[in-house]
Order: sequence, then structure tokens, then C-alpha cells
Amino acid sequence: MLIVASFSILFIMALALLRAFLGPTIFDRILAVNMFGTKTVLLIAVLGVASGEASFIDIAIVYALINFVGVIALLRFFEYGKVQAEKAGDE
Amino acid sequence: MDIILHLAGWVCIVAGVFFGITGAIGLHRFPDFYTRIHAASITDTLCAGLIILGLMLQSVSIMMIIKLSLVLFILAYTGPTAAHTLAKTARKENIEPILDPAGEES
Repeated sequence: MLIVASFSILFIMALALLRAFLGPTIFDRILAVNMFGTKTVLLIAVLGVASGEASFIDIAIVYALINFVGVIALLRFFEYGKVQAEKAGDE
Repeated sequence: MDIILHLAGWVCIVAGVFFGITGAIGLHRFPDFYTRIHAASITDTLCAGLIILGLMLQSVSIMMIIKLSLVLFILAYTGPTAAHTLAKTARKENIEPILDPAGEES
């Protein structure tokens, strides 16, 4: 039954990926990629509970943090033109 | 008691998958970038929260429950933050929302 949930999450990921390919603006693509990453975290968590491996959840935690840092870095690049931290102070 | 927890877990997972599919369809059917943020944020918070809550109700070991609650905590903070930053940056880059055609523009 958890297999059905993981296939549904895969379907949601496919729809998000389609929006990432189609998206008219660059922000639609970033939004879809962010959603794709969140759904990947959910997929890893569901598979970890289904297989009974507690160490899968660690991978889910790391993936959630990496996804968040990646999206924030990309948006900082768009907003300030640079990813460096010193640029934020004098904006 | 055990069967009640199992059933409650399934109700949470099915509701979470429903909200996820709803948000993914909304990501394609909404006309505008800012409305699409709304659809994607629903899947970031409600779908993820309900699915992980259902997994927590179903899992047996206490270590897995602690780790899943950590995932829930991280997702509940990072999802709305990313959505807010996305909307702020898009507003700064002059992505215009579709306003009401009756003309209530600011």
C-alpha cells in the first residue's frame, strides 16, 4: 500500500518536472524544481518506512537541507547578482 | 489501539497524496506565476506534513519517529521560506501578476 503512495508521489514529480520544462519564466522553473526536491524528500521517506530502514530518513534530511540551500542560493544570485555574503549588507 | 493508529496513518497519507495531486494539477492550470506559487506551496506544506505525519503514525521504531519529526520540522520551515523568497525575487524582477480585469490596480 505504501507502494501506491510512492507511485503517486512519482506522478506528482513528473507533473512538476513537466512544469519545469514548460515554464514561461525562469521563476516557474525554480518553483517547479523546488517542488520536485520536496517530493524527492517525501519519496525517500516513504521508501525508508516501507523497507524498514531508519537510515533512509537521514538521506531525506540531508536532501531537504541541500534543496533549500540550493534554491536560496539561486534566488540570491538573481536578486543581488552575486552569491557572496558581503553583498547582502550594502544592498 | 494498534489498528486505530494504522488506520489514522492511512487516512493522513491518502489525504496528503490527494493534496499533492491537487497542487500538481494546479501548477499546470493556474494562469499566473503568483497563483502557481500558491499551488506549489500547498504541496510543500500540507502534502508533505500529512504524508510524514501518516508515516510517523505507521512506523514502529522510536528512532524512525524522531528522524521523521526532524524531517517534518525542516520541511515546515524551509518550504514557506523558499516560497516567500521566490515571490519577493519575482516581484523585484518585475514579473507582473494578472490583476482583476475590472481594474482594481494599485
